[in-house]
Amino acid sequence: MALIMGLIVVVAILIYVFEMLRRQKLREKYAVLWIIVGIGTLILSIFPQLLDQASSLVGIQIPANLLFIMTLILLVGVCLHLSHEQSQAEDEVRILAEEVAILRSDLQDLRALRPPESRDAAQHPVANGRPVADK
Amino acid sequence: MTQPSDISSARKHETLVIMPAWNEAEVIGTTVREVFEYGPECDVLVIDDGSRDNTAALAGEAGARVLRLPFNMGVGGAMRTGFKYAKSHGYTQVIQVDADGQHDPRDIKSVLDGLRDADIAIGARFADKGTYEVRGPRKWAMGVLAWSLSRIAGTRLTDVTSGFRAANEKAIRQYVDHYPAEYLGDTIDSLVVAVRSGCKVRQVPVSMRERQGGQPSHDPIKAALYLGRSGLALLFALTRKRSTPSTN
Repeated sequence: MALIMGLIVVVAILIYVFEMLRRQKLREKYAVLWIIVGIGTLILSIFPQLLDQASSLVGIQIPANLLFIMTLILLVGVCLHLSHEQSQAEDEVRILAEEVAILRSDLQDLRALRPPESRDAAQHPVANGRPVADK
Repeated sequence: MTQPSDISSARKHETLVIMPAWNEAEVIGTTVREVFEYGPECDVLVIDDGSRDNTAALAGEAGARVLRLPFNMGVGGAMRTGFKYAKSHGYTQVIQVDADGQHDPRDIKSVLDGLRDADIAIGARFADKGTYEVRGPRKWAMGVLAWSLSRIAGTRLTDVTSGFRAANEKAIRQYVDHYPAEYLGDTIDSLVVAVRSGCKVRQVPVSMRERQGGQPSHDPIKAALYLGRSGLALLFALTRKRSTPSTN
């Protein structure tokens, strides 16, 4: 019974990951990790004796503890990875914000340079699908 | 990137005063006007760091050029934007001035003069001039910082967290490449990396005026936290790779 429960959960997670990938809600680089974890868990839930063998191999008396420690290490790793990605994303957003601020002021300067009669055209600079010329 | 030739009309002088401002509507107008009145020939660039009041409008009225950041990025982020602007518009020297009016515009010239034999000039508060005073644990923390940064820079620095600092072209290029937006990155980290990248630092004594609002805190816990964070910033800065300032 426990075996079937485990199987159902793992298969559900794997399907969910695939579905997110298919809808492009999840980037491949993150999906790979979860697919590997899912398949590993799938194997363990089908062959529980693998866990027993592995724990006696590394000298852990209660096999469940091996599972816990592996899970903890994995989760810490995932958190670190996400923090790293998040920092990178923040950095990129900041650089974009800097560029936007500078470009906005430059655009204002260019508008001010323009003679008054052509200002109307400048109201919708990309309305006809191409940016207005500089001069 | 924007080419300098496109917008040369925006640059009227060789010197740019960069003024990061966050919700400074009360004082920004006065500060900008004072810079024009008492400072040297310069353009003033106010970086509105995501203010929710009308800082940007008031700065513009006072005659400053205004960059509006879409959200608050802290002094470090604002200064990075300022340095980028200075580089792309071809300014030869920039100076950072606080929007709250604690930096006396009459001192701008002397800090800029410090650039004659250095790449970075810091207007230092406690160099036997003026009335600004800090006491207790915060003073000790600043003492430790000043001592270690003096060793690194190879010159006596007494006020390393001063935001009143000028940079020449070489330092601007270096800042654009590496100007951390972290806490204290704008003062300690940026200075250490600049020094390690071959920029020469010099200290210029200036007087500081009372801040228009808010008191510097003397809470020992805050001071300890401050020392801890600045120590960390220093440690990171020292272990960073040195960068070679890119050419234009």
